[in-house]
Amino acid sequence: MIRLVSVEPSIDEALGELRLRRVGAIAAFIGIVRGETEGRAIEALEVEAYEEMALRELERIRGEALERFGVEEAVVLHRVGRLKVGEIILVILVASAHRDEAFKACRYILEELKRRAPLWKREITPEGAIWVEGERA
Amino acid sequence: MRILYFARLRETLGLGEETLELPDGAEVEMLLRTLRSRHPPLRGFGELLVAVNAEYASLDRGLREGDVVALFPPVSGG
Repeated sequence: MIRLVSVEPSIDEALGELRLRRVGAIAAFIGIVRGETEGRAIEALEVEAYEEMALRELERIRGEALERFGVEEAVVLHRVGRLKVGEIILVILVASAHRDEAFKACRYILEELKRRAPLWKREITPEGAIWVEGERA
Repeated sequence: MRILYFARLRETLGLGEETLELPDGAEVEMLLRTLRSRHPPLRGFGELLVAVNAEYASLDRGLREGDVVALFPPVSGG
């Protein structure tokens, strides 16, 4: 399941779908809107997407992860629009027979998403709005 | 063909989308040259990524009538 969502995603719902697959492990990454960056307070975060391409690119990344690591299924939910500090921006869940592949595939999806998915963050700070471009650890 | 702009690039140009006619057999590189002369702010913009029909494309990618070309800065999702 790959989705761009404009409201906080339900982790329970995504988990429910994966549990039906009778797997032994589900690894999760949950990204949260941080409250400060490089010493600046963040009041809100805006996420812009090239939706058609983001969905296709995320689908490709999911397929690569399934093939490379032999995992059962992966779910990627990414928020778009305006988010508050503390809200969930990203959920990645990977279901697998065993934990090691689940963690590896989850990490792979995260790093490839950050490198390839056409999504952009704009941080709203007291000094104005700042586009984030490229990887920032 | 349709040209789409995203994020800081869209904001810099004050434009989300435009259409453009290019000769048959034109490549991405020629499109970028045409756009740079049409939009001066593009010249000093910095790194740009290009996608054709929702897939990343290189400078020598050939373009056809009806293609949708997207230009955008490095991505920052997640």
